[in-house]
Amino acid sequence: MTVKILFFAGLREALGTGTEALALPDGVATAGGLRDLLAARGDPWSALATTRNLRVAVNQQMVGLDAAVKSGDEVAFFPPVTGG
Amino acid sequence: MSVSVQQADFDAGAEIAALSAGRDDVGAVASFVGLVRADKAARVGADGTAAVQAMTLEHYPGMTENALQEIVTQAEARWELLAVRVIHRVGRLLPGDRIVFVAVASSHRGDAFAACEFIMDYLKTRAPFWKKEETPAGGRWVDARESDDHAAGRWDAGK
Repeated sequence: MTVKILFFAGLREALGTGTEALALPDGVATAGGLRDLLAARGDPWSALATTRNLRVAVNQQMVGLDAAVKSGDEVAFFPPVTGG
Repeated sequence: MSVSVQQADFDAGAEIAALSAGRDDVGAVASFVGLVRADKAARVGADGTAAVQAMTLEHYPGMTENALQEIVTQAEARWELLAVRVIHRVGRLLPGDRIVFVAVASSHRGDAFAACEFIMDYLKTRAPFWKKEETPAGGRWVDARESDDHAAGRWDAGK
């Protein structure tokens, strides 16, 4: 089982991809942990660490970076929303 | 209660009429229409002279609809509402185009006004849409505004 990871807006453009499937390594149990794992790949992935007020949704619900993540989840990272 | 995320334009008059069609308990319909503004000089900073030529709205399919439904459900829990309609457009839009529509039907105007504003305030900070502006200087993602967080936050402290 993997996690489906999605990126949107300016973050998607910075990373050059909108989606990735990743086998969750042992020890990564939160959205913040997943963010740190991806950001540690270096450029351009460090954008995940430098995006101001990075937002995260787990299974399409906005949550904090401390939210639990497990195999089978859909995790999305994006900048603050600007609709309306 | 009905929520739509669509590329197509909408007819605000027809949408408003539909909220009270075939019923006689509606005493008030409050509505809001958001439009693409060309002149955003006041909010773009150093390159503030660059007028917006077009705007593309990106969203998170699936979550967007759920988030809008959730916002409407919260409004229905706070006020006595008879019908709610929310439409948000996505894709490429031009100055003057309609972006968003919220209409709320209630027995009395107080609940309709308040719920309409609440839905817009929450939509601005909780629904996963992102605007990218096209200007003569190139593309530019719109920055979230603190004033929007404040507008949404004031509902948390009660009405």
